[in-house]
Amino acid sequence: MKHLLGTQNLSREDAVLILDTAGQMAATQEREIRKLPTLRGRTVVNLFFEDSTRTRISFEAAAKRLSADVINFSAKGSSLSKGESLKDTALTLQAMGADAVVVRHWASGAAQRLAESGWLHGSVSVLNAGDGTHQHPTQALLDAFTMRRHLMAANVGDSVDGKGLDGLTVAIVGDVLHSRVAGSNIALLRTLGAKVVVVAPPTLLPYGLERDGGVSVHFTLDDALEAHDLDAIMMLRVQRERMTGGGSGFFPSPEEYTRLFGLDRARMDRMPGHAIILHPGPMNRGLEISAEAADSPRSVIVEQVSNGVAVRMAALYLLLSGEEASA
Amino acid sequence: MSAPIVITNVSLYGDTPSDIVIVDGQISSLTAADVPADARTMDGSGLVALPGLVDLHTHLREPGREDAETIETGSRSAARGGFTAVHAMANTTPTADTAGVVELVASRGREVGLVDVYPVGAVTVGLNGTQLSEMGAMANSRAQVRVFSDDGKCVHDPLLMRRALEYVKTFDGVIAQHAQEPRLTEGSQMHEGLVSAELGLAGWPAVAEESIIARDVLLAEHVGSRVHICHLSTAGSVDIVRWAKARGIQVTAEAMPHHLLLTDESARGYDPRFKVNPPLRTQEDVDALRAGLEDGTIDIVATDHAPHPDEDKDCEWGAAAFGMIGLETALGIVQKTMVDTGRLTWRDVARILSETPASIGRDEAHGRPLAVGEPANITLVDPAAAWTVDPAGTDSRSNNSPFGGIELPGRAVATFLRGTPTYLDDRFTALTEGAPA
Amino acid sequence: MTGTILGASDIGRALTRIAHEILERNEGHEDIVLLGIPTRGVPLAHRLAANIAEVEPGFDAKERTGSLDITMYRDDLRHQPTRTLGATTLPATGIDGKVVVLVDDVFHTGRTIRAALDAIKDEGRPAAVQLAVLVDRGHRELPIRADFVGKNIPTSRTERVDVHLTETGDGEDAVILTGGRA
Repeated sequence: MKHLLGTQNLSREDAVLILDTAGQMAATQEREIRKLPTLRGRTVVNLFFEDSTRTRISFEAAAKRLSADVINFSAKGSSLSKGESLKDTALTLQAMGADAVVVRHWASGAAQRLAESGWLHGSVSVLNAGDGTHQHPTQALLDAFTMRRHLMAANVGDSVDGKGLDGLTVAIVGDVLHSRVAGSNIALLRTLGAKVVVVAPPTLLPYGLERDGGVSVHFTLDDALEAHDLDAIMMLRVQRERMTGGGSGFFPSPEEYTRLFGLDRARMDRMPGHAIILHPGPMNRGLEISAEAADSPRSVIVEQVSNGVAVRMAALYLLLSGEEASA
Repeated sequence: MSAPIVITNVSLYGDTPSDIVIVDGQISSLTAADVPADARTMDGSGLVALPGLVDLHTHLREPGREDAETIETGSRSAARGGFTAVHAMANTTPTADTAGVVELVASRGREVGLVDVYPVGAVTVGLNGTQLSEMGAMANSRAQVRVFSDDGKCVHDPLLMRRALEYVKTFDGVIAQHAQEPRLTEGSQMHEGLVSAELGLAGWPAVAEESIIARDVLLAEHVGSRVHICHLSTAGSVDIVRWAKARGIQVTAEAMPHHLLLTDESARGYDPRFKVNPPLRTQEDVDALRAGLEDGTIDIVATDHAPHPDEDKDCEWGAAAFGMIGLETALGIVQKTMVDTGRLTWRDVARILSETPASIGRDEAHGRPLAVGEPANITLVDPAAAWTVDPAGTDSRSNNSPFGGIELPGRAVATFLRGTPTYLDDRFTALTEGAPA
Repeated sequence: MTGTILGASDIGRALTRIAHEILERNEGHEDIVLLGIPTRGVPLAHRLAANIAEVEPGFDAKERTGSLDITMYRDDLRHQPTRTLGATTLPATGIDGKVVVLVDDVFHTGRTIRAALDAIKDEGRPAAVQLAVLVDRGHRELPIRADFVGKNIPTSRTERVDVHLTETGDGEDAVILTGGRA
């Protein structure tokens, strides 16, 4: 692997390798000394065109625990005010001797463009930390890692190395249209053998998803709970700006959204006993998820955060350690 | 006035072997027997002679964005593409919404002298869609504007559109509508479909174009005006125009070469050279456009030549400008998609790339028959001169072509504006003295 | 010299002898833990532990054996294809204050053991670290030596030593020498 840009083109073999590697990384994170010398002398640049403290510190922790040098680069700019161009930033990073660039950008395709445009010469690896409404592969991988650990071990603590998510039924609930988390998860879950259930108002579904035979679509959470025995449910964050705005709101009101799509106690109780609850964070408590659901023993939301570091360590290790990377 | 020229053994419209003798800017004879003593001869064997091509939809960028294109570089690119006339869109800075600006553009075009530059006037002041511009003043200026368009933006207010359609009747003008419902395309980046969903790029639904076209043909019918639809790009749009024509509505429509050849699949690499307004659609739409052009539903092909400097294209998709250059590739793409596929003859090409656009734009000196006594506005095409598009080799100041590396079957090899060669292929080096540098 | 250097019974005898040497050196089994270096060091550690347990019934072979993956401590990561990580599993007793016996199949440049010493340092603070290897083929590049050696096999640098073990799916127990000048 040279870059990690998305999950659509990730083979099952590579996905499982990342998850297995993350398992070993996670084990090192339970020790007293969590730092590894693996990436000594390598430089990882966190290039963030969008604010995302959570993702940035997760990548930063991952790189630092592998002893890489970390440079944080926050570039201003949005679709409205162009600001510093991605190209100029790339040239700067090249000059600074970056070995890997972790990029978060408001434009879909920015990571791929950075990897393939020829702006970066030689061996710089690009890790997509979220591009527009397109992909966020490490989030999907950490979700898969979390689900695999909880749902694929025959007994608690048994090794899940080499396994996918075969036979699981996973629901993704919310703004699938704009969510790069959903985009990455749908592709990866399918690659790993899980059945994907999408729950959203029709206004928040990507074009063509309903006609896609591989995904089962429901317009209310109750319908989905009725139709499927879920092993995991992933609640997406509702972005405030999607709610209203002069007739362009995607649903009438937060209250109606909660009534139709919110995960509360009653709906949680309708899931099988072993089913777990995921959320990429940050949560809108009381909107897409009730506090009772978020804090219940089924919730693995906090664990997702620590697994995020292990998965990002694995990705950095696999991208930066081999001879391919230094060729 | 340059020396007399004789073109021997050429095929008029691809179906009539003939010679062409040009004297004093006119076609003086169609037999080489009438050669004046001082004439220079060009061997026209294997070439097709067409009336000089007319582009109803060009962005020359001057005034305001001379970093992207100037009237001079755009004219040179047009001549090389076989064009003898172009209509320069109004979205310049300042906007071409007053007699002063359109006269400036027209006179600069005359100074350059490589193609006839017909300025398009803005429908609304500053293209802002709220107040009609002084179209009468532009029509009566020395630029004699007949085509009005807010191209780049849609005249979306239905009442304003109705008034504009009515008002231009005064001077036999036409509104060329950029059909794009603005609310349905807020933030849109590419055609809304399976590819946009996969790429996470905000979709641009076909209905945003079709709903405006449907509205405007009904408005044109209601007020008895003619309306021209710019850059038709969807199968649904073709259906609506076909319906409107059957109903007797005075509607004309244009298709762009890129919409005849490329699809939304091209966006997969996020290379902004494929970012264009309206967006590249699906193969089904491409097929419908070709069929519409074949059956006459679509009247013309225009280029929507839209130069942008590197910094607006060598960037991430979301930050990039919409548009692609196309003057030098239009003819080759029409040949590839329509002639070589047997859908159109070269006589049809003369119609869709010269006669009809000239007639819609009321360009009286263009789109004329290749006949004795007519102005010698002529394009010689070599239908066997296959070439590979190299964007860096263009005469345009910008090189944002999406066709780099694509092989086209033929191209213009000589262009004459009132008898003067404005572009000559290398094979005619003997003639280059007397041709503009 | 090409071919099978050690057969199954040779390997068995060598491991029995090393087990005894470990007990002798440490005057009993009290503080001993064995850490195998993946891949083939791990089954060798388990075999040694089983041999020790036969002599010392108080020694719980399963409890005292673990694995130590050293991939992330290697100094040649950038010059090799990406390596898949192995598992690190420490004995339940931990390694603090214990005598850690590192177990590997082939002892060569010493770089693997250097990495293992670094890895151990991050896992805890043993009282001592000792090294047991099935084969010592020479060509040390670092000042490191083995405490317990199954067999010394002089080799040239161009030769290859492969250890086959039934546990790792090799179908047999054998040490095989290949390559080199004929």
